Amino acid sequence: MSAHGTAYVPKSRLAKWFETRLPLVGLVHSSFVSFPVPRNLNYFWTFGAILMLMLGVQIVSGIWLAMHYDPSATAAFNSVEHIMRDVNYGWLLRYMHANGASMFFVAVYIHMFRGLYYGSYKAPREVLYILGVIIYLLMMATAFLGYTLPWGQMSYWGATVITNILAAIPVVGDTIQSLLWGGYSVGSPTLNRFFSLHYLMPFMIVGVVVLHVWALHVTGQNNPTGIPIKSGKDAVPFTPYATIKDVFAATVFMVFFAYWIFYQPNYLGHADNYVPANPGVTPKHIVPEWYFLPFYAILRAVPDKLGGVILMFGAVLILAFAPWLDTSRVRSANYRPIYRQFFWLFVVVCIVLGWLGAKPPEGGYVIASQICTFYYFAHFLIVMPLVGLFETPNRLPGSILESVTGPGKQVHGGSGMPVGAAAAPPSKG
Amino acid sequence: MKTTRVLAASLLAVGLSFTAARSETAHSPNPPRESWSFAGIFGKFDQAQLQRGFQVYREVCSNCHSMNLVRFRNLAESGGPGFNAGQIKALAAEYKVKELNDNGEEIERNARPADAWPSPFPNEKAAAAANGGKAPPDFSVLAKARTFERGFPLFVVDAMPFVGYSEQGVDYIHALLNGYEEPPAGKDVPDGAHYNKYMDGNLIAMAKPLSDGQVTYAKGANGEPVVPETVEQYSRDVAAFMAWAAEPHLEARKALGFRVILFLILLSGLLYYVKKRVWADVGGEVHGLQPELHKAG
Repeated sequence: MSAHGTAYVPKSRLAKWFETRLPLVGLVHSSFVSFPVPRNLNYFWTFGAILMLMLGVQIVSGIWLAMHYDPSATAAFNSVEHIMRDVNYGWLLRYMHANGASMFFVAVYIHMFRGLYYGSYKAPREVLYILGVIIYLLMMATAFLGYTLPWGQMSYWGATVITNILAAIPVVGDTIQSLLWGGYSVGSPTLNRFFSLHYLMPFMIVGVVVLHVWALHVTGQNNPTGIPIKSGKDAVPFTPYATIKDVFAATVFMVFFAYWIFYQPNYLGHADNYVPANPGVTPKHIVPEWYFLPFYAILRAVPDKLGGVILMFGAVLILAFAPWLDTSRVRSANYRPIYRQFFWLFVVVCIVLGWLGAKPPEGGYVIASQICTFYYFAHFLIVMPLVGLFETPNRLPGSILESVTGPGKQVHGGSGMPVGAAAAPPSKG
Repeated sequence: MKTTRVLAASLLAVGLSFTAARSETAHSPNPPRESWSFAGIFGKFDQAQLQRGFQVYREVCSNCHSMNLVRFRNLAESGGPGFNAGQIKALAAEYKVKELNDNGEEIERNARPADAWPSPFPNEKAAAAANGGKAPPDFSVLAKARTFERGFPLFVVDAMPFVGYSEQGVDYIHALLNGYEEPPAGKDVPDGAHYNKYMDGNLIAMAKPLSDGQVTYAKGANGEPVVPETVEQYSRDVAAFMAWAAEPHLEARKALGFRVILFLILLSGLLYYVKKRVWADVGGEVHGLQPELHKAG
């Protein structure tokens, strides 16, 4: 730490007193101020910050909504409308929260595809990556629970379909289902439970996000070349360089977010959810939110219920095995001419699956879902292991700096970070 | 380049095949897209239209359809039909609501501006029993609870600024009220049902509710009608009124949105230059998604 030119040094007596008892400011300083950031990061690397912002937006707007919401089957629908009509700026809070969930998923999908493209899951970042998969799982659970709360037709029937799916799990399925229902079908006790869990899970996400950032702190960030930081010239300190870039990107993202809130607030939802829940009337098509559609298509691609459930959960869980399924020693797909084609095919397959999930499960749609589901799994189980073995990667640049300036050229101006600060991320302790 | 072309081609092929598959199945036609004063970025309700629509609702629709979430006072709030407080007080006083007095007896009193719009039936079962087994839907959020699919690629266009489309529910209501026709030969219309071009399955329980000249609108200063008293005009006015009932803060939302987005765009612009300046210290930032691919090795 002594060679660390930008380490936090407490100045006032109070700061010194506190730092020797709990080095909290030093921890924040080394994570978000002096932390060495590869200088070649592109804008796909700003989505981590955008996701933190969205988590904050969802928690704050959610806490305010909960002050006005009534989680009982008879009152829930009208209490949401009370928020929309009578609470000051209630319409803003609710549209922010409902569209915020969608924006959260937009950002997380970009973040995940970025990780998959640049090989951010490979050693030494496996744990960092798996923590990310856990956050994604928690996000999905939170979003599903939250969509139930307005207690419209799609809320009710979505909850019915998903809890029935869980019942297909062997041995424990029925128990899980009764625990979630709190009765003989989805009803008021279910809504109470879902509200309680929906309030709990975001704080679990916060906990795992802390671990995710901690793991990032240990391994350092990946970058578009996939090669590690070798000298101080490859890196810049997090503040001000990454900070200002993240703030700029987050503001642009807010423009996008605001457009949905103010001009298309119901586009990403379902009209049926403005019909109060009615156990006696089934909607014509029960469709989940857009961010679940690829998995919904996978669920319905197989005629067997248990098989569909296994594939659906498998589709998420298989992500966690990517670090060991990918056999290539090169991280970034920029240098993997063959894998890069397969990667984009995988992106297209995911989008097509999302579209198929919104279609009725009949005729050509089922066949298309089956083909896409096959590729989804083949990408992980066949393409990742085999392409890594047979592909000849392009020549990697000698260093991050070389990738930025070209070989043999000089950088103008400053020289990034002091050498030593960037060679290895500083350890805590 | 090659990858991009392959992707574009495959997306297009998939898209076309599904558009084709869709048009083969029989559907009731999609409602035509109407022009509404409250559509678009600067949309605002037409106050006179909301007042006419309210008149149609009050004189015709409210005989069967409740509007539980709308209160009398809402009709005087800004961004709505724009009645004044005195008008609303007088209007409410024309209606009776039931409540319990201090002795626990049910009494009737005149409605007040804070009361919800009174339902035409004492409860949902009574509403269903009087209407062939199914209660007429409540009007409060109906304009947001109805929609229709426009399919690929229009659904993408519908989300976009300036060309976007979020009035499907209003168009559906307007179309439905104009969709009563003689059933085509061979279409079996059972008792208690009516043929409607835009209803899913073409059968609707509600009989044709509006006819020309049914509602007498206030005349203009010269004694001439301001708008025609036709089904087409009534349906347009009542659909606009329902759009307001479903989204009473629409005007405030769009006005605030414009300011928020303008502010954020300006802030982004300033931040961009701050960022550029900060990065100039280390020789500027790398642009492009795959910088190393653009550099000659």
